[in-house]
Amino acid sequence: MNPPSETGSPSPNPAESPRYRTAGYDSDAQLLEVSLGPQHPSTHGVFRMNVALDGEDVVKLKPVFGYLHRNHEQIAEQVSYLGSMPYTDRLDYFCSLSNNWAYAAAVEKLAGIDVPERAEYIRVITSELTRLVNHTSFLGFMLSDMGAWGTVLMYAFREREKILDLFESLTGSRMMGNYMRFGGCRCDLPPGWLEQARKVVDGYPAFLDEMESLIATNEIVISRTQRIGRLPADKAVNGSMTGPCLRASGVNYDIRKVDRYGIYDRFEFRVPLGDHGDCYDRLMIRFLEMRETLKILRPALRDIPEGPVMDPKARQRNLRPPEGEAYARVEAPKGELGFYLISDASDKPYRYRVRPPSLINLTLLEDLCLGEKIADVMVILGTIDIVLGEVDR
Amino acid sequence: MPLVIERKPLTKLEKTWLPQIIGGLKTTFGYLRKESVTLQYPEERPVIPENYRGVPTLVKDPNGRVKCVSCQLCEFVCPPRAITIDPGEIPEASEQAHVEKAPREFEIDMLRCIYCGLCQEVCPEEAIFLQNVYSVTGTTREEFKYKKEKLLELGGPLPDRHFKWDKKKAAAESGNGGH
Ligand code: SF4
Ligand code: SF4
Repeated sequence: MNPPSETGSPSPNPAESPRYRTAGYDSDAQLLEVSLGPQHPSTHGVFRMNVALDGEDVVKLKPVFGYLHRNHEQIAEQVSYLGSMPYTDRLDYFCSLSNNWAYAAAVEKLAGIDVPERAEYIRVITSELTRLVNHTSFLGFMLSDMGAWGTVLMYAFREREKILDLFESLTGSRMMGNYMRFGGCRCDLPPGWLEQARKVVDGYPAFLDEMESLIATNEIVISRTQRIGRLPADKAVNGSMTGPCLRASGVNYDIRKVDRYGIYDRFEFRVPLGDHGDCYDRLMIRFLEMRETLKILRPALRDIPEGPVMDPKARQRNLRPPEGEAYARVEAPKGELGFYLISDASDKPYRYRVRPPSLINLTLLEDLCLGEKIADVMVILGTIDIVLGEVDR
Repeated sequence: MPLVIERKPLTKLEKTWLPQIIGGLKTTFGYLRKESVTLQYPEERPVIPENYRGVPTLVKDPNGRVKCVSCQLCEFVCPPRAITIDPGEIPEASEQAHVEKAPREFEIDMLRCIYCGLCQEVCPEEAIFLQNVYSVTGTTREEFKYKKEKLLELGGPLPDRHFKWDKKKAAAESGNGGH
């Protein structure tokens, strides 16, 4: 038998290649090995799948990633604690503010820093707005993957733009926030920001209704997503899937409810669940999550207190946390985002590790795709909602 | 009580696709009457908010003096190490001599810079600012290494409320400058 080829050139008989797990197929059949990506527009970046096909059915699939590897963790061990804050923006570049929060929370846990009340509110508001941004663009990309090229994406981007404008006037950058600091946030909200945010939040249900009316009863969407890519709950749990994909399989696990970090225990919201675990559930759960997010945003924007946004005792530069380790996690829009830090009391982390939701959700791709048609692989990949910046780091 | 995704079967009418097609077209034609949200980019420019993080620039105070004192804090904090400073004294002949130091050379590599704004945050002299320049172009790597003159030209003067230079100069002239 040939050794597994790492370059993806077809081995003489893909059926025998140890790279694949076999899944009930006729071993006499002629298999066709296709390399999808890394420049395929539907793979959301530089991501490759080696797929073995029996006719049109997927019998084996191997994800290949690492094309966008930027050495994030090693770089973070070479720069100061503050220095890796701007780099966390670039993990999941749709959700820079949730990433900021997760990293700031890990350092705060390590160094024992408190966060003032107003900053906690700002963190909840910005990371819930981030959830809206992420799920809205997810809808656009997802529908383009299904062939609705352009229109849905433009509608989604039009709405996302409004939130990005808010981020731009708050943080100075549309996508790369670099906004949170250890013990609070970098600057206070600019004047008029809250009114602007309230306006965006009030206008959002209309957009969601419009989008849902276009998608939910669309024959093509239904036949391309229902009963496609089923993921049973036990498999999802075994594969440590988190986030909307896990909840679409019917597992009630939301870190905002489980850990009650920040001030999430002050808000009334429900956790949407799916009962089939197929692509349709993973698509529609995003709508429900956005509606629940609006339920958090409205009281948060109303009740936000006045006060400082930074703990005055917190150091940013030359921060030397005491020796120890800390793991902090948040419910990022794509799942559990965690940062694990070990400090040796110097000004750089001794060990810095990210638990990226996209990468770990992606490991279940093969289970989802086996036995499906090749055309559905793109839809299934789309519903997992990955961002390569986070998968490869 | 968990919130479970509803899955309604399509009605007989909906199975004909007609309501969906009509509904979709209604949405499309509805947008014909609405205002366009796009921007004809090079002709129309977006409104840049005040605290936008564009290209880092060096600023002068209203008296035309370079504010930077080459303390090199920004060089140390910059995560991708985009800043290179060669510190130096202000020449004797200049009327600003004996007040502070000034950079002999100050270079920011715009291809390394990630526009994080940490340099602006740490600068004790408010000498480096990320302003509203957002499109940087060039054809070679060398062109993207912005030197002191270019950075000062991009930065322009910014009001300085501390009058630190004037105070220091007065102190130096009365003989208790103490550097
Ligand atoms: S720009 Fe500011 S921080 Fe950088 S060397 Fe000059 S004075 Fe120091
Ligand atoms: S903006 Fe950030 S990356 Fe750019 S020069 Fe300043 S500190 Fe360095």
